[in-house]
Amino acid sequence: MKEETFYITDYCTIKAGKLVVNGEVIFTAQAEESADLALFLKRIYKEKTMEYPKFFKMDMLSKLAFIGAEMVLKSAAMEQPSYDTALFLSNSTSSLDTDLKHSASIADPEAFYPSPAVFVYTLANICLAEISIRHRLQGENAFFMAPTYDTAMMHNYATYALQTKRAATVVCGWVDYLNGAYELVLYRVEKHGQVPHTIENIKHLF
Amino acid sequence: MRKVYINKAECFSSIGLGQSQNWKAIQQQQSGIRKIDQLGCMTDFYAGQIADAWLVEQVEALGREKVSFTRFERLLISTLTPIVSRETITAKTAFVVSTTKGNIAALAEGKVEESDINQAAQRVADFFGLTTQPIVVCNACVSGILAIAVAKRLIQMEQFDEAYVVAGDELTPFVVSGFASFQAMSEEPCKPFDANRKGVTLGEAAAAVYLSTTAVEGESFEIIGEASIADANHISGPSRTGEGLFLSIQQALNEAQVTADQIDCICAHGTATAYNDEMEAIAFDRLGLAHKPIHSQKGYFGHTLGAAGLLEVVMLMQSMRHNELIVSKGFEQLGVSRTVNITTAKESQPLQIALKTASGFGGSNTALILSKK
Repeated sequence: MKEETFYITDYCTIKAGKLVVNGEVIFTAQAEESADLALFLKRIYKEKTMEYPKFFKMDMLSKLAFIGAEMVLKSAAMEQPSYDTALFLSNSTSSLDTDLKHSASIADPEAFYPSPAVFVYTLANICLAEISIRHRLQGENAFFMAPTYDTAMMHNYATYALQTKRAATVVCGWVDYLNGAYELVLYRVEKHGQVPHTIENIKHLF
Repeated sequence: MRKVYINKAECFSSIGLGQSQNWKAIQQQQSGIRKIDQLGCMTDFYAGQIADAWLVEQVEALGREKVSFTRFERLLISTLTPIVSRETITAKTAFVVSTTKGNIAALAEGKVEESDINQAAQRVADFFGLTTQPIVVCNACVSGILAIAVAKRLIQMEQFDEAYVVAGDELTPFVVSGFASFQAMSEEPCKPFDANRKGVTLGEAAAAVYLSTTAVEGESFEIIGEASIADANHISGPSRTGEGLFLSIQQALNEAQVTADQIDCICAHGTATAYNDEMEAIAFDRLGLAHKPIHSQKGYFGHTLGAAGLLEVVMLMQSMRHNELIVSKGFEQLGVSRTVNITTAKESQPLQIALKTASGFGGSNTALILSKK
Protein backbone atom coordinates (compact mmCIF):
# COMPACT_ATOMS: atom_id res chain seq x y z
CA MET A 1 0.00 0.00 0.00
CA LYS A 2 1.30 3.45 -0.93
CA GLU A 3 1.85 5.45 2.21
CA GLU A 4 1.39 9.18 2.36
CA THR A 5 3.98 11.17 4.30
CA PHE A 6 2.87 12.87 7.51
CA TYR A 7 4.89 15.08 9.83
CA ILE A 8 5.76 15.32 13.51
CA THR A 9 4.81 18.91 14.32
CA ASP A 10 5.28 19.33 18.09
CA TYR A 11 6.62 17.14 20.82
CA CYS A 12 7.03 17.21 24.57
CA THR A 13 9.05 15.07 26.94
CA ILE A 14 8.97 14.96 30.71
CA LYS A 15 11.80 12.89 32.15
CA ALA A 16 14.66 13.17 34.61
CA GLY A 17 13.33 16.42 36.09
CA LYS A 18 12.98 18.27 32.79
CA LEU A 19 10.00 19.31 30.73
CA VAL A 20 11.14 19.82 27.16
CA VAL A 21 9.00 21.15 24.29
CA ASN A 22 10.35 20.90 20.74
CA GLY A 23 13.86 20.47 22.08
CA GLU A 24 13.73 23.46 24.41
CA VAL A 25 13.86 23.01 28.20
CA ILE A 26 10.80 24.82 29.58
CA PHE A 27 10.85 23.64 33.21
CA THR A 28 13.54 22.06 35.36
CA ALA A 29 12.71 20.38 38.65
CA GLN A 30 14.10 22.32 41.60
CA ALA A 31 15.20 21.01 45.00
CA GLU A 32 12.61 18.56 46.35
CA GLU A 33 10.76 18.53 43.01
CA SER A 34 13.53 16.31 41.64
CA ALA A 35 12.39 13.48 43.91
CA ASP A 36 8.68 14.28 43.82
CA LEU A 37 6.98 14.49 40.45
CA ALA A 38 3.74 15.66 42.07
CA LEU A 39 5.43 18.87 43.23
CA PHE A 40 7.08 19.42 39.87
CA LEU A 41 3.81 18.98 37.95
CA LYS A 42 1.95 21.19 40.43
CA ARG A 43 4.37 24.05 39.82
CA ILE A 44 4.04 23.68 36.04
CA TYR A 45 0.25 23.68 36.44
CA LYS A 46 0.40 26.89 38.53
CA GLU A 47 2.94 28.75 36.42
CA LYS A 48 1.00 27.95 33.26
CA THR A 49 -2.23 29.06 35.02
CA MET A 50 -4.15 26.10 33.74
CA GLU A 51 -7.12 26.68 36.06
CA TYR A 52 -8.56 23.19 35.91
CA PRO A 53 -9.41 21.96 39.44
CA LYS A 54 -10.04 18.38 38.22
CA PHE A 55 -6.24 18.16 37.90
CA PHE A 56 -5.96 17.72 41.66
CA LYS A 57 -8.26 14.67 41.67
CA MET A 58 -6.21 12.79 39.10
CA ASP A 59 -3.77 10.01 39.86
CA MET A 60 -0.12 10.54 38.95
CA LEU A 61 -0.38 8.82 35.54
CA SER A 62 -3.22 11.13 34.50
CA LYS A 63 -1.50 14.23 35.92
CA LEU A 64 1.61 13.43 33.91
CA ALA A 65 -0.37 12.80 30.71
CA PHE A 66 -2.47 15.91 31.31
CA ILE A 67 0.53 18.25 31.64
CA GLY A 68 2.19 16.71 28.59
CA ALA A 69 -0.98 17.15 26.55
CA GLU A 70 -1.21 20.82 27.58
CA MET A 71 2.15 21.32 25.88
CA VAL A 72 1.32 19.63 22.56
CA LEU A 73 -2.35 20.59 22.25
CA LYS A 74 -2.15 24.35 22.12
CA SER A 75 -5.78 25.41 22.12
CA ALA A 76 -6.92 24.17 25.52
CA ALA A 77 -10.56 24.32 26.62
CA MET A 78 -12.12 24.57 23.18
CA GLU A 79 -15.69 25.76 22.96
CA GLN A 80 -16.67 23.25 20.29
CA PRO A 81 -15.74 19.57 20.41
CA SER A 82 -13.00 18.54 18.04
CA TYR A 83 -13.82 15.44 16.00
CA ASP A 84 -10.55 15.07 14.16
CA THR A 85 -7.90 14.72 16.86
CA ALA A 86 -6.99 11.12 17.77
CA LEU A 87 -5.14 10.03 20.92
CA PHE A 88 -3.04 6.85 20.92
CA LEU A 89 -0.94 6.33 24.03
CA SER A 90 0.96 3.47 25.56
CA ASN A 91 3.09 2.49 28.53
CA SER A 92 4.67 -0.49 30.23
CA THR A 93 3.20 -0.52 33.74
CA SER A 94 -0.45 0.16 32.89
CA SER A 95 -2.07 1.65 36.01
CA LEU A 96 0.04 -0.38 38.46
CA ASP A 97 0.81 2.62 40.68
CA THR A 98 -2.90 3.07 41.42
CA ASP A 99 -3.57 -0.69 41.31
CA LEU A 100 -1.27 -1.04 44.33
CA LYS A 101 -3.28 1.59 46.22
CA HIS A 102 -6.60 -0.10 45.47
CA SER A 103 -5.11 -3.48 46.34
CA ALA A 104 -3.89 -2.16 49.72
CA SER A 105 -7.38 -0.84 50.46
CA ILE A 106 -8.92 -4.33 50.16
CA ALA A 107 -6.14 -6.47 51.66
CA ASP A 108 -7.43 -6.50 55.22
CA PRO A 109 -11.07 -7.41 55.96
CA GLU A 110 -10.79 -5.34 59.17
CA ALA A 111 -9.65 -2.28 57.20
CA PHE A 112 -11.62 -2.66 54.00
CA TYR A 113 -12.07 0.69 52.29
CA PRO A 114 -12.14 0.46 48.48
CA SER A 115 -12.83 3.88 47.00
CA PRO A 116 -14.45 4.60 43.63
CA ALA A 117 -12.23 7.70 43.29
CA VAL A 118 -9.19 5.39 43.37
CA PHE A 119 -10.70 2.40 41.54
CA VAL A 120 -11.57 4.41 38.42
CA TYR A 121 -7.85 5.10 37.92
CA THR A 122 -7.03 1.36 37.90
CA LEU A 123 -7.46 1.60 34.12
CA ALA A 124 -4.60 3.19 32.20
CA ASN A 125 -6.94 4.55 29.51
CA ILE A 126 -8.47 6.97 32.03
CA CYS A 127 -5.58 9.32 31.24
CA LEU A 128 -6.87 9.42 27.64
CA ALA A 129 -10.27 10.38 28.99
CA GLU A 130 -8.81 13.18 31.12
CA ILE A 131 -7.09 14.68 28.08
CA SER A 132 -10.18 14.19 25.89
CA ILE A 133 -12.44 15.90 28.43
CA ARG A 134 -10.05 18.83 28.91
CA HIS A 135 -9.60 19.47 25.18
CA ARG A 136 -13.07 18.25 24.11
CA LEU A 137 -11.61 15.63 21.80
CA GLN A 138 -14.34 13.37 20.46
CA GLY A 139 -11.94 11.44 18.31
CA GLU A 140 -10.32 8.01 18.02
CA ASN A 141 -8.85 6.71 21.29
CA ALA A 142 -6.71 3.70 22.12
CA PHE A 143 -4.35 2.68 24.91
CA PHE A 144 -1.66 0.04 24.42
CA MET A 145 0.92 -1.65 26.58
CA ALA A 146 4.43 -2.76 25.64
CA PRO A 147 7.72 -3.24 27.54
CA THR A 148 9.16 -0.33 25.53
CA TYR A 149 7.55 1.97 22.95
CA ASP A 150 6.47 -0.16 19.98
CA THR A 151 7.55 2.37 17.39
CA ALA A 152 6.63 0.37 14.29
CA MET A 153 3.14 -0.46 15.53
CA MET A 154 2.40 3.06 16.77
CA HIS A 155 3.72 4.50 13.51
CA ASN A 156 1.36 2.29 11.52
CA TYR A 157 -1.59 2.90 13.79
CA ALA A 158 -1.19 6.69 13.58
CA THR A 159 -0.62 6.59 9.82
CA TYR A 160 -3.77 4.49 9.38
CA ALA A 161 -5.88 7.08 11.25
CA LEU A 162 -4.48 9.96 9.19
CA GLN A 163 -4.54 8.18 5.87
CA THR A 164 -8.16 7.02 6.25
CA LYS A 165 -9.09 10.57 7.33
CA ARG A 166 -10.38 9.37 10.68
CA ALA A 167 -8.20 12.12 12.13
CA ALA A 168 -6.36 15.21 10.91
CA THR A 169 -4.16 15.30 14.01
CA VAL A 170 -2.88 12.32 15.98
CA VAL A 171 -1.32 12.71 19.41
CA CYS A 172 0.85 9.67 20.08
CA GLY A 173 3.22 8.70 22.77
CA TRP A 174 4.31 7.09 25.97
CA VAL A 175 3.22 7.92 29.51
CA ASP A 176 4.45 5.79 32.38
CA TYR A 177 4.42 6.29 36.14
CA LEU A 178 5.23 3.86 38.95
CA ASN A 179 6.42 4.57 42.49
CA GLY A 180 7.97 7.93 41.63
CA ALA A 181 9.62 6.77 38.40
CA TYR A 182 8.19 8.45 35.31
CA GLU A 183 8.61 9.08 31.62
CA LEU A 184 6.48 10.96 29.14
CA VAL A 185 7.00 11.43 25.42
CA LEU A 186 4.12 12.95 23.43
CA TYR A 187 4.18 14.03 19.81
CA ARG A 188 1.68 15.41 17.36
CA VAL A 189 1.43 14.06 13.82
CA GLU A 190 -0.22 16.03 11.02
CA LYS A 191 -0.36 16.48 7.25
CA HIS A 192 2.02 19.44 7.10
CA GLY A 193 5.29 20.02 8.91
CA GLN A 194 9.06 19.80 8.77
CA VAL A 195 9.99 16.49 10.40
CA PRO A 196 8.68 13.41 8.52
CA HIS A 197 6.74 10.94 10.67
CA THR A 198 9.14 8.02 10.23
CA ILE A 199 10.17 5.26 12.61
CA GLU A 200 13.67 6.75 12.80
CA ASN A 201 12.38 10.22 13.67
CA ILE A 202 10.05 8.85 16.34
CA LYS A 203 12.99 6.99 17.91
CA HIS A 204 14.89 10.28 18.14
CA LEU A 205 12.22 11.66 20.48
CA PHE A 206 12.87 8.96 23.09
CA MET B 1 -7.21 -1.26 1.42
CA ARG B 2 -7.28 -5.03 1.64
CA LYS B 3 -10.18 -6.88 3.21
CA VAL B 4 -9.75 -8.61 6.54
CA TYR B 5 -11.74 -11.63 7.70
CA ILE B 6 -12.35 -13.47 10.94
CA ASN B 7 -11.69 -17.08 10.07
CA LYS B 8 -11.51 -19.05 13.30
CA ALA B 9 -12.93 -18.46 16.76
CA GLU B 10 -12.97 -20.00 20.20
CA CYS B 11 -14.16 -19.08 23.69
CA PHE B 12 -14.04 -20.19 27.32
CA SER B 13 -16.62 -18.86 29.75
CA SER B 14 -18.47 -19.81 32.94
CA ILE B 15 -20.64 -21.96 30.66
CA GLY B 16 -17.67 -24.00 29.48
CA LEU B 17 -14.93 -24.30 26.88
CA GLY B 18 -15.74 -24.28 23.18
CA GLN B 19 -17.95 -22.15 21.02
CA SER B 20 -20.44 -24.93 20.31
CA GLN B 21 -21.00 -25.57 24.02
CA ASN B 22 -21.47 -21.86 24.68
CA TRP B 23 -23.75 -21.47 21.67
CA LYS B 24 -25.87 -24.44 22.76
CA ALA B 25 -26.31 -22.91 26.22
CA ILE B 26 -27.37 -19.59 24.70
CA GLN B 27 -29.89 -21.35 22.46
CA GLN B 28 -31.37 -22.95 25.57
CA GLN B 29 -31.09 -19.65 27.45
CA GLN B 30 -28.88 -21.22 30.10
CA SER B 31 -26.63 -18.86 32.00
CA GLY B 32 -23.22 -19.39 33.59
CA ILE B 33 -24.04 -16.91 36.36
CA ARG B 34 -24.13 -18.45 39.84
CA LYS B 35 -24.10 -17.25 43.42
CA ILE B 36 -20.53 -16.96 44.72
CA ASP B 37 -20.23 -17.54 48.47
CA GLN B 38 -16.84 -15.96 48.88
CA LEU B 39 -14.06 -14.38 46.84
CA GLY B 40 -11.43 -12.63 48.98
CA CYS B 41 -13.30 -10.19 51.18
CA MET B 42 -16.34 -10.26 48.94
CA THR B 43 -19.23 -12.54 49.95
CA ASP B 44 -22.61 -13.55 48.53
CA PHE B 45 -22.74 -12.06 45.07
CA TYR B 46 -23.66 -13.31 41.62
CA ALA B 47 -20.99 -13.80 38.96
CA GLY B 48 -20.02 -15.90 35.97
CA GLN B 49 -17.04 -17.86 37.28
CA ILE B 50 -14.99 -20.54 35.52
CA ALA B 51 -14.49 -23.69 37.60
CA ASP B 52 -10.82 -24.16 38.48
CA ALA B 53 -11.16 -27.88 37.73
CA TRP B 54 -11.95 -27.09 34.06
CA LEU B 55 -8.81 -25.03 33.74
CA VAL B 56 -6.63 -27.71 35.29
CA GLU B 57 -8.17 -30.27 32.94
CA GLN B 58 -7.39 -28.11 29.91
CA VAL B 59 -3.79 -27.52 30.81
CA GLU B 60 -3.20 -31.18 31.64
CA ALA B 61 -4.59 -32.07 28.23
CA LEU B 62 -1.89 -29.88 26.69
CA GLY B 63 0.74 -32.08 28.34
CA ARG B 64 2.69 -29.04 29.52
CA GLU B 65 1.71 -29.17 33.19
CA LYS B 66 5.32 -28.69 34.27
CA VAL B 67 5.48 -25.20 32.88
CA SER B 68 4.03 -22.87 35.46
CA PHE B 69 1.44 -20.52 34.10
CA THR B 70 -0.89 -18.32 36.12
CA ARG B 71 -4.61 -18.98 36.05
CA PHE B 72 -5.07 -16.00 33.68
CA GLU B 73 -2.40 -17.31 31.31
CA ARG B 74 -3.92 -20.80 31.38
CA LEU B 75 -7.24 -19.25 30.43
CA LEU B 76 -5.69 -17.60 27.37
CA ILE B 77 -3.68 -20.69 26.38
CA SER B 78 -6.68 -23.05 26.67
CA THR B 79 -8.73 -20.76 24.46
CA LEU B 80 -6.05 -20.19 21.83
CA THR B 81 -4.91 -23.81 21.53
CA PRO B 82 -7.71 -25.04 19.21
CA ILE B 83 -7.18 -22.20 16.71
CA VAL B 84 -3.42 -21.61 16.62
CA SER B 85 -1.62 -23.27 13.77
CA ARG B 86 1.99 -23.37 15.00
CA GLU B 87 3.40 -24.53 11.67
CA THR B 88 2.33 -21.45 9.75
CA ILE B 89 3.44 -18.72 12.18
CA THR B 90 5.74 -16.17 10.52
CA ALA B 91 7.21 -12.72 11.18
CA LYS B 92 4.00 -11.35 9.64
CA THR B 93 1.76 -13.05 12.23
CA ALA B 94 0.47 -10.56 14.79
CA PHE B 95 -0.43 -11.47 18.35
CA VAL B 96 -2.92 -9.06 19.90
CA VAL B 97 -3.94 -9.44 23.55
CA SER B 98 -6.89 -7.66 25.12
CA THR B 99 -7.23 -7.43 28.88
CA THR B 100 -8.11 -4.83 31.46
CA LYS B 101 -6.34 -6.36 34.45
CA GLY B 102 -4.41 -9.47 33.29
CA ASN B 103 -2.56 -11.07 36.20
CA ILE B 104 -3.88 -8.57 38.76
CA ALA B 105 -4.65 -11.50 41.11
CA ALA B 106 -0.89 -11.68 41.78
CA LEU B 107 -1.00 -8.37 43.71
CA ALA B 108 -3.04 -9.94 46.50
CA GLU B 109 -0.16 -12.40 47.01
CA GLY B 110 2.41 -9.63 47.01
CA LYS B 111 3.82 -10.77 43.65
CA VAL B 112 4.00 -7.35 42.00
CA GLU B 113 6.27 -8.43 39.14
CA GLU B 114 3.99 -11.29 38.18
CA SER B 115 1.15 -8.80 37.63
CA ASP B 116 2.98 -7.36 34.60
CA ILE B 117 0.63 -7.77 31.63
CA ASN B 118 3.47 -7.58 29.09
CA GLN B 119 5.21 -10.55 30.69
CA ALA B 120 1.99 -12.56 30.64
CA ALA B 121 1.47 -11.76 26.96
CA GLN B 122 5.05 -12.76 26.19
CA ARG B 123 4.74 -16.07 28.08
CA VAL B 124 1.62 -16.95 26.07
CA ALA B 125 3.32 -15.88 22.82
CA ASP B 126 6.33 -18.07 23.65
CA PHE B 127 4.10 -21.03 24.42
CA PHE B 128 2.75 -20.95 20.86
CA GLY B 129 6.01 -19.90 19.20
CA LEU B 130 4.61 -16.52 18.13
CA THR B 131 7.64 -14.43 17.27
CA THR B 132 6.40 -10.85 16.89
CA GLN B 133 6.18 -8.36 19.77
CA PRO B 134 2.76 -8.93 21.43
CA ILE B 135 0.41 -5.96 21.04
CA VAL B 136 -1.53 -5.42 24.25
CA VAL B 137 -4.76 -3.42 24.11
CA CYS B 138 -5.72 -2.08 27.53
CA ASN B 139 -8.68 0.23 26.97
CA ALA B 140 -11.25 -0.68 29.63
CA CYS B 141 -14.36 -2.59 28.59
CA VAL B 142 -14.06 -1.88 24.86
CA SER B 143 -10.68 -3.68 24.71
CA GLY B 144 -12.08 -6.95 23.33
CA ILE B 145 -13.52 -5.50 20.14
CA LEU B 146 -10.94 -2.74 19.89
CA ALA B 147 -8.32 -5.54 19.72
CA ILE B 148 -10.06 -6.92 16.60
CA ALA B 149 -10.06 -3.43 15.07
CA VAL B 150 -6.37 -2.93 15.90
CA ALA B 151 -5.44 -6.25 14.27
CA LYS B 152 -7.53 -5.40 11.22
CA ARG B 153 -5.88 -1.97 10.82
CA LEU B 154 -2.35 -3.34 11.16
CA ILE B 155 -3.12 -6.03 8.56
CA GLN B 156 -4.50 -3.31 6.27
CA MET B 157 -1.28 -1.31 6.82
CA GLU B 158 0.54 -4.51 5.74
CA GLN B 159 2.62 -4.66 8.92
CA PHE B 160 1.07 -8.12 9.31
CA ASP B 161 -0.70 -10.63 7.06
CA GLU B 162 -2.63 -12.45 9.76
CA ALA B 163 -3.35 -12.11 13.48
CA TYR B 164 -4.29 -14.13 16.51
CA VAL B 165 -6.39 -11.97 18.81
CA VAL B 166 -7.04 -13.18 22.33
CA ALA B 167 -9.01 -11.47 25.08
CA GLY B 168 -9.28 -12.44 28.72
CA ASP B 169 -10.02 -11.23 32.20
CA GLU B 170 -10.41 -12.96 35.54
CA LEU B 171 -12.98 -12.51 38.27
CA THR B 172 -10.93 -11.16 41.17
CA PRO B 173 -11.58 -9.49 44.54
CA PHE B 174 -9.71 -6.52 43.04
CA VAL B 175 -12.37 -5.93 40.38
CA VAL B 176 -15.40 -7.08 42.38
CA SER B 177 -14.56 -4.76 45.29
CA GLY B 178 -14.05 -1.86 42.89
CA PHE B 179 -17.41 -2.28 41.17
CA ALA B 180 -19.02 -2.75 44.58
CA SER B 181 -17.47 0.54 45.76
CA PHE B 182 -19.19 2.22 42.81
CA GLN B 183 -22.43 0.57 43.98
CA ALA B 184 -22.68 -0.74 40.45
CA MET B 185 -23.25 -4.42 41.34
CA SER B 186 -26.64 -6.06 41.01
CA GLU B 187 -27.88 -8.17 43.93
CA GLU B 188 -29.42 -10.60 41.46
CA PRO B 189 -28.27 -11.81 38.01
CA CYS B 190 -28.16 -8.75 35.76
CA LYS B 191 -31.15 -7.65 33.67
CA PRO B 192 -29.90 -5.58 30.71
CA PHE B 193 -32.35 -2.94 29.41
CA ASP B 194 -34.99 -4.09 31.90
CA ALA B 195 -37.11 -1.74 34.00
CA ASN B 196 -35.88 -3.48 37.16
CA ARG B 197 -32.20 -3.61 36.29
CA LYS B 198 -30.02 -3.03 39.32
CA GLY B 199 -26.53 -3.04 37.90
CA VAL B 200 -23.71 -5.24 36.71
CA THR B 201 -23.06 -8.93 37.25
CA LEU B 202 -19.35 -9.57 36.73
CA GLY B 203 -17.84 -12.57 35.02
CA GLU B 204 -14.63 -14.05 33.67
CA ALA B 205 -13.84 -15.46 30.25
CA ALA B 206 -11.43 -15.69 27.38
CA ALA B 207 -12.09 -15.61 23.67
CA ALA B 208 -9.89 -15.77 20.60
CA VAL B 209 -10.17 -15.20 16.87
CA TYR B 210 -7.87 -15.67 13.88
CA LEU B 211 -7.80 -12.91 11.26
CA SER B 212 -6.43 -13.13 7.74
CA THR B 213 -6.94 -11.72 4.26
CA THR B 214 -8.43 -14.86 2.73
CA ALA B 215 -12.13 -15.54 2.85
CA VAL B 216 -13.69 -18.98 2.99
CA GLU B 217 -17.24 -19.05 1.66
CA GLY B 218 -19.68 -20.15 4.35
CA GLU B 219 -17.09 -19.76 7.11
CA SER B 220 -15.56 -16.27 7.17
CA PHE B 221 -16.86 -12.98 8.50
CA GLU B 222 -15.54 -9.80 6.91
CA ILE B 223 -14.80 -6.87 9.23
CA ILE B 224 -16.43 -4.22 7.10
CA GLY B 225 -16.37 -1.30 9.51
CA GLU B 226 -15.09 -0.26 12.94
CA ALA B 227 -14.37 2.82 15.01
CA SER B 228 -13.47 3.71 18.61
CA ILE B 229 -14.46 7.25 19.53
CA ALA B 230 -14.41 8.85 22.96
CA ASP B 231 -17.25 10.66 24.73
CA ALA B 232 -14.95 13.35 26.19
CA ASN B 233 -17.58 13.72 28.88
CA HIS B 234 -16.80 11.93 32.16
CA ILE B 235 -14.14 9.48 33.37
CA SER B 236 -16.53 6.95 34.93
CA GLY B 237 -19.99 7.66 33.50
CA PRO B 238 -21.22 7.49 29.90
CA SER B 239 -22.35 10.52 27.94
CA ARG B 240 -26.06 11.23 28.50
CA THR B 241 -26.56 11.65 24.75
CA GLY B 242 -24.50 8.61 23.76
CA GLU B 243 -22.26 10.91 21.76
CA GLY B 244 -19.16 8.74 21.50
CA LEU B 245 -21.14 5.58 20.73
CA PHE B 246 -23.22 7.50 18.15
CA LEU B 247 -20.04 8.75 16.44
CA SER B 248 -18.39 5.31 16.59
CA ILE B 249 -21.35 3.56 14.95
CA GLN B 250 -21.69 6.35 12.38
CA GLN B 251 -18.01 6.07 11.44
CA ALA B 252 -18.19 2.26 11.29
CA LEU B 253 -21.24 2.45 8.97
CA ASN B 254 -19.39 4.97 6.86
CA GLU B 255 -16.36 2.70 6.46
CA ALA B 256 -18.61 -0.31 5.77
CA GLN B 257 -20.54 1.67 3.16
CA VAL B 258 -23.80 0.35 4.53
CA THR B 259 -26.81 2.22 5.86
CA ALA B 260 -28.41 1.70 9.27
CA ASP B 261 -31.24 -0.07 7.41
CA GLN B 262 -28.89 -2.81 6.25
CA ILE B 263 -27.95 -3.84 9.80
CA ASP B 264 -29.77 -7.10 10.60
CA CYS B 265 -29.14 -7.26 14.33
CA ILE B 266 -27.20 -5.59 17.14
CA CYS B 267 -25.19 -7.16 19.92
CA ALA B 268 -25.14 -4.30 22.43
CA HIS B 269 -22.90 -3.81 25.46
CA GLY B 270 -25.90 -3.88 27.84
CA THR B 271 -24.22 -3.96 31.24
CA ALA B 272 -27.55 -3.42 33.06
CA THR B 273 -26.44 -0.28 34.86
CA ALA B 274 -29.04 2.49 34.75
CA TYR B 275 -26.84 4.91 32.80
CA ASN B 276 -25.15 2.56 30.35
CA ASP B 277 -28.29 0.95 28.95
CA GLU B 278 -30.07 4.30 28.73
CA MET B 279 -27.11 5.81 26.88
CA GLU B 280 -27.04 2.92 24.39
CA ALA B 281 -30.79 3.17 23.75
CA ILE B 282 -30.37 6.88 22.97
CA ALA B 283 -27.43 6.27 20.63
CA PHE B 284 -29.26 3.47 18.74
CA ASP B 285 -32.39 5.61 18.49
CA ARG B 286 -30.48 8.62 17.16
CA LEU B 287 -29.06 6.40 14.41
CA GLY B 288 -32.43 4.91 13.42
CA LEU B 289 -31.39 1.51 14.78
CA ALA B 290 -33.80 1.18 17.72
CA HIS B 291 -36.20 -1.10 15.83
CA LYS B 292 -33.48 -3.59 14.91
CA PRO B 293 -33.29 -6.83 16.97
CA ILE B 294 -31.00 -5.91 19.90
CA HIS B 295 -29.58 -8.16 22.60
CA SER B 296 -27.06 -8.12 25.41
CA GLN B 297 -25.13 -11.28 26.37
CA LYS B 298 -24.34 -10.11 29.90
CA GLY B 299 -27.20 -12.26 31.26
CA TYR B 300 -25.33 -15.39 30.09
CA PHE B 301 -21.73 -14.62 31.05
CA GLY B 302 -21.87 -11.53 33.24
CA HIS B 303 -19.66 -8.61 32.29
CA THR B 304 -16.34 -10.22 31.42
CA LEU B 305 -14.54 -6.84 31.05
CA GLY B 306 -11.64 -7.03 28.58
CA ALA B 307 -12.94 -10.37 27.27
CA ALA B 308 -16.54 -9.21 26.85
CA GLY B 309 -16.40 -7.69 23.38
CA LEU B 310 -14.52 -10.58 21.81
CA LEU B 311 -16.54 -13.30 23.58
CA GLU B 312 -19.78 -11.66 22.48
CA VAL B 313 -18.51 -11.35 18.89
CA VAL B 314 -17.75 -15.09 18.89
CA MET B 315 -21.34 -15.83 19.94
CA LEU B 316 -22.71 -13.21 17.53
CA MET B 317 -20.95 -15.03 14.66
CA GLN B 318 -22.64 -18.28 15.77
CA SER B 319 -25.96 -16.46 15.75
CA MET B 320 -25.31 -15.14 12.22
CA ARG B 321 -24.16 -18.55 10.99
CA HIS B 322 -27.34 -20.19 12.32
CA ASN B 323 -29.55 -17.24 11.29
CA GLU B 324 -30.97 -17.31 14.78
CA LEU B 325 -31.38 -14.30 17.06
CA ILE B 326 -29.94 -14.37 20.57
CA VAL B 327 -32.50 -13.89 23.34
CA SER B 328 -31.46 -11.07 25.66
CA LYS B 329 -31.48 -12.98 28.94
CA GLY B 330 -32.81 -11.18 31.99
CA PHE B 331 -34.97 -8.77 30.01
CA GLU B 332 -38.68 -8.63 30.80
CA GLN B 333 -40.00 -5.09 30.61
CA LEU B 334 -38.51 -2.13 28.76
CA GLY B 335 -36.62 0.12 31.15
CA VAL B 336 -35.02 2.74 28.91
CA SER B 337 -36.51 5.96 27.53
CA ARG B 338 -36.40 4.90 23.86
CA THR B 339 -38.40 2.06 22.36
CA VAL B 340 -35.61 -0.37 21.59
CA ASN B 341 -36.44 -3.78 20.16
CA ILE B 342 -34.88 -6.16 22.69
CA THR B 343 -35.01 -9.79 21.55
CA THR B 344 -37.20 -11.84 23.92
CA ALA B 345 -37.83 -15.00 21.92
CA LYS B 346 -35.75 -17.35 19.82
CA GLU B 347 -36.41 -16.44 16.21
CA SER B 348 -34.94 -17.49 12.89
CA GLN B 349 -34.26 -14.83 10.29
CA PRO B 350 -31.54 -14.03 7.77
CA LEU B 351 -28.60 -12.39 9.56
CA GLN B 352 -26.14 -11.11 6.99
CA ILE B 353 -24.74 -7.94 8.57
CA ALA B 354 -24.46 -7.36 12.32
CA LEU B 355 -23.28 -4.56 14.58
CA LYS B 356 -21.37 -5.15 17.82
CA THR B 357 -20.80 -2.30 20.25
CA ALA B 358 -19.09 -1.77 23.59
CA SER B 359 -18.64 1.17 25.93
CA GLY B 360 -16.51 1.51 29.00
CA PHE B 361 -14.86 3.56 31.70
CA GLY B 362 -13.10 6.61 30.38
CA GLY B 363 -16.02 7.27 28.02
CA SER B 364 -14.60 4.76 25.56
CA ASN B 365 -16.79 3.30 22.82
CA THR B 366 -16.17 0.84 19.99
CA ALA B 367 -18.41 -0.25 17.12
CA LEU B 368 -17.66 -3.18 14.81
CA ILE B 369 -19.67 -4.32 11.80
CA LEU B 370 -19.40 -7.87 10.45
CA SER B 371 -20.64 -9.28 7.17
CA LYS B 372 -21.09 -13.01 6.69
CA LYS B 373 -19.38 -14.67 3.71
